[in-house]
This record gives sequence, structure tokens and C-alpha cells, in this order.
Amino acid sequence: MDALTTLHSRTVVLPTRDIDTDQIIPARFLTTTTREGLGEALFHDLRYDRDGTERVAFPLNDPASRGAEILVAGNNFGCGSSREHAPWALLDYGIRAVVSTEFADIFRNNSLKNGLLPIIVDVDTHQWLMRHPGVELHVDVEASELHLPDGRIVEYPIDAFARYCLTQGIDQLGYLQQQSDAISQFEEARPWKP
Amino acid sequence: MAEGRTLFEKVWADHVVVPETADTPAVLYIDLHLIHEVTTPQAFAQLRERGLPVRRPDLTLATMDHSTPTTPVASFSDLAVVGEGAANQIRQMEKNCQDFGIDLYGFGSEHRGIVHVIGPELGASQPGKTIVCGDSHTSTHGAFGALAFGIGTTEVAHVLATQCLLQRKPKSLAVTVTGRLPAGVTAKDIILTIIGEIGVGGGTGHVIEYRGEAIRALDMEARMTICNMSIEAGARAGLIGPDETTIEYLAGRPRVPEGDAWDVAVGRWLGLSSDTNAVFDRSVSIDAAALQPMVTFGTNPGMVVGVNDPVPDASDASFRKALEYMKVTPGKPMTENPVDVVFVGSCTNGRLSDLQQAAAILEGRKVAEGVRMLVVPGSQQVKRQAEELGLDRVFAAAGAEWRESGCSMCLGMNGDTVASGQLSVSTSNRNFEGRQGIGARTVLASPATAAASAVMGRVADPRDLT
Repeated sequence: MDALTTLHSRTVVLPTRDIDTDQIIPARFLTTTTREGLGEALFHDLRYDRDGTERVAFPLNDPASRGAEILVAGNNFGCGSSREHAPWALLDYGIRAVVSTEFADIFRNNSLKNGLLPIIVDVDTHQWLMRHPGVELHVDVEASELHLPDGRIVEYPIDAFARYCLTQGIDQLGYLQQQSDAISQFEEARPWKP
Repeated sequence: MAEGRTLFEKVWADHVVVPETADTPAVLYIDLHLIHEVTTPQAFAQLRERGLPVRRPDLTLATMDHSTPTTPVASFSDLAVVGEGAANQIRQMEKNCQDFGIDLYGFGSEHRGIVHVIGPELGASQPGKTIVCGDSHTSTHGAFGALAFGIGTTEVAHVLATQCLLQRKPKSLAVTVTGRLPAGVTAKDIILTIIGEIGVGGGTGHVIEYRGEAIRALDMEARMTICNMSIEAGARAGLIGPDETTIEYLAGRPRVPEGDAWDVAVGRWLGLSSDTNAVFDRSVSIDAAALQPMVTFGTNPGMVVGVNDPVPDASDASFRKALEYMKVTPGKPMTENPVDVVFVGSCTNGRLSDLQQAAAILEGRKVAEGVRMLVVPGSQQVKRQAEELGLDRVFAAAGAEWRESGCSMCLGMNGDTVASGQLSVSTSNRNFEGRQGIGARTVLASPATAAASAVMGRVADPRDLT
């Protein structure tokens, strides 16, 4: 996982709420056995018509949005399935952070484990961002701060451990492996065995 | 007197290897890891890269269900997997389980089926356990009083390598269903009502405990339907305190303890419940007596309405977009919508009692002209049991297709899909845009409502056909 300490990008806005993981990446793309190359499948059925032509009205297809690394989306982003293919597809496409008022739990966990930053903001900030697509934002990951173009600084909540792993580029399996002795002791000491 | 603890808090506390601090999450021990072919290949690849073994293959149970075909065949060797990707995924699953020493209920196994159907069937899903799977509907196993939740593939690798997960403790939400269910109203209608009430994000960050007289009165399969859809309310998990119904279901199943160990386990299981003075972070109450058959009208499971009630209206863009996609009219009941496809199956409603509900409606009746009805048992065992009861013949006589087990048309990964623009009444769990096929319009309902809709050729109230 690449370390993420700061991010500076303009936004692309998807105003819909409850964008589910089936919309982020439809199930038929899940027969892959690797993590790579899923950017093409991102929002596939919203991005493309049946004949494969890009839908002009879809925000990601707007030429002004190309290269944007921050996605602003409606409330409850990432609801639905546990597929980690959703953050893999977003990252492969080039998105590094998603801003919303709320994220589904599994999607948020999966994102943080892959270097995709979920940023939860208050309703007022969110509405302002929705009304101003394409603005330049700066994210200070170390300080958990979102810097708006008008100078406002919005602090967002993030688990301390997840932030540490994100900014250091550390994956969590190594940390868990270090707990091996405690795990063995737990297995031996518990009063009943599964 | 000390503050009481909820069932969830007790199961949680029982599995904490290292407590959480402000800086680090808890290390939580996992008692049962269910795995399937879609969300594990990248996890096994990570283990191979690091030269790690699976720590507890004996606590890992594998099957194949998502990308497997359901077409009827004489023998498993005849099954034709749709697509090279799916075939490759299935071959990898076989190899991964062989290389890492994990029991796989594969193509030839009589126990093969949807992972959330076979865990309970085998008696592997037990009260007080922590159960995870790379699948959001793992909440199903909460019906046994287990703490069961879905995880991503990175976490699948964590559990394979260490049998543990790094977790922050969720909050608790009590959902109490009082009173008695009216005739013709089922567990699916209860959970759709609850999701409609609290919303698709209403349970985010919470573990739900379902309580109350109406929940106690449900059999285990109905409880699984309820817990299964906890995730559709955004909840981390959903569970129900174990009781005699739970014990009766588990008795004699292949993976439960035997002899004296069984008695000890039963004693421990029946002691698992929320204390009377336990405090939940939030509480919601619903009166079962007021419930009716429910159907969804939009593109998430919270957009739900009584089958005869008018579809509501709202002005916000997301709501409008959903209605436009579904081609339904506000102010009119869903019963005015003609049906193209009916799907009975999935981890929500693919168990024997679900098929019996559908068959009871179809007995002596025909699927309407032009409607395609697919009945997919949740496991090979459910299939055999249904055939012993003659349900397959009821479905065939009515004009429905009888299939091999699998996830099938719930998510359309295996070639079982709904065509663009078609309306499908489905007993599955998600009516997301394109979930059952590109452009497919899904209406979620109970098996009885689905069967009634197949007969009437439109969305229908099952109480009109009994």
C-alpha cells in the first residue's frame, strides 16, 4: 500500500445518495482473481451505454473531471456487498479519496486497508461541495483536515490506527502477525473450543 | 447493581484477544471462517507472496456458490460453467483449498450450496461464535446468537493467516417486534418493514439484536431471513438470542458437539442472552399485528411499501431517479405492474420452508403466460429435501424451472440474469440498479408474494390466492 500523507486535487461530484457497490462495480466483473485492472469496470453501467459508448451526462465522463482524485458523493456511499473490488476499482481509476456524509461500514474498512481515504463531512460542507463541482481541495491526512478553496478547514473523523497505517503505507497484516503469541495464549486459555 | 450487558457485548468480550485502545483496535478471535470462490483468490495470493500458512484450516469452511451454474444436469461433471473467468475462479478455489488443507464442499459434494445456507445446515453456525465471511450476508448466522459479519478480501487474508481481525467495537441497536404476525405475512415482510423504517443507512455502525414475541415465534429459517438482511439496513450484524428453537434446529447436525459435550454446549448456549438491565445505544419497536406483505418499489431495500398501498412520492433527485429506473408510478400500487421474471431462491429465501411457501401457492395453479419462473434451492441438501416432498413436481407442473443450488439470479454472476427492462419479483435481498442484470428492474418480496405474482402475471398479494 502506498503511503498517503497529503492530497491535492479538484473534485468530481456524483450527487446521488446510497450509491451501492453493484453500481460501483457490477457483479459480472468479479470473476477476476487479481486486484489489478478494475478501473475500466468502475461505475461501468453508469459510465457506458450498452454499445460501449460513454454517457456524456455521467460526471466522470466530463472532460473537466478527468484526472480528479477526489470523488464527492451522496450520503451512505458504498452500501451493499462486501466486495473489495469496489475500492480496488476506484483506486485503479485514479480516485484516492471519497467525500460523503456517511459511508457503509464494510466499504469504509475495505477502503482504509487499500489506501483509499473516506472523508466524512458535515451536511453544510457536503452541500457546498455538491454545489461546487470541480473545486480544488487539499487534504492533510496527518492532521485529518480538509482544506476548502475559501480557506475553511474542516476536520474529519478517522480511526487513529487506520490513519497511522495510511500515512505510513503500512498494511495491517504485519501488525496482526506480531500478536501471534497473544493469539496462541488465547486459544489455549479459552474455556470452550470452537 | 452493575449495568447489564447485551448479547452482542458478551459474545464480543468472549473473543477479545487484545483489548482496543485509543490508538489501536481490538484483536478479535474468529471461531468460524466461511470462504467462497469470489472474494478469496487475492487473499490466498497474499498468503503465497508472504509464504504464510492458514493458521486454522479446521475453523475454515469452503464452498463454491456465486459463479457456479444452476442448470439442471444428470451429474455434477456435466455442469457447464459460464465464462472463462468463472471457470478460472472455480479451479483456483479447488487448488487453494487443496494447497492450504481446507475442507471444500465443491462441485461433487452433496453438502455444496450457498455458504449461508450450508453453515447452518452442517451445524457449524452455533450460538456464541464469531463468524465471518467475505460476503455481506454473513449476518445470516446471527440467527443462532452468533456475532456474524461480512468482511473484505484483505480481512479474509487476515483471518486465514492469524484467525483474528482488527476491529473497533460497534454500537448496539435493539429492534423489538411485538405482537403476532397476521396470516399470510412472513419473516421477509418483517425485515423489509424494518429496513423501510430505519432506512438503508439506519443501522450503520451498529449490531442489531432482534427481540420480542414475534421474533421468538419464528422458526430458525425465518430468523435467518431476518438476520440475513441486517446489512441492507447498513448494520454490521444482526442477531437473535438462542432458545429452545435454536437448540432443536442444531440437534443431530454433523458439526455440533456430541455426547456430554453437547449437553455442556446447550447449557452454555441457553445462558446467552442480553441481561434484562442491558442498555442499547438505540431502540426501535414494531408491531407485528399491523404488518402486511411488503414489496420494494425503488432501487434499494429501504424503498418498500405494502403490496396494495400506493407507491409514495418525494421530490429529491435520488428518489425520482429510482422511480424512473423502475418505471413505476407514484400514487399507484405495485400490483399494477406486470411481471416478466420470478426468482425464488438466495441466502435470504432459498431454504426448504421458503420453497414450501412458494409451492403452497403454486399447487394446482400455473405460472402466467409469458412469465419465466426460476426456483433455485439454497443448497443441494435443500434440493434433495424438496424433491423428497415432491416440491420439484409442483414447480414443474406449474411451469417453473427447477435448478441446482447456488446464488444464481440474486446477483447474476453465473449467467442466470434478468434481461434489460424486464421486471423481476425476487425473493433475494437487493434491488439495486442492474443487480440481476444490466437494466433489470427488481422487486423484492417474500416467496409467497413471488409465487402469487408468477401466477397472476403481475405483482400480487399472496393472501388473494390462499
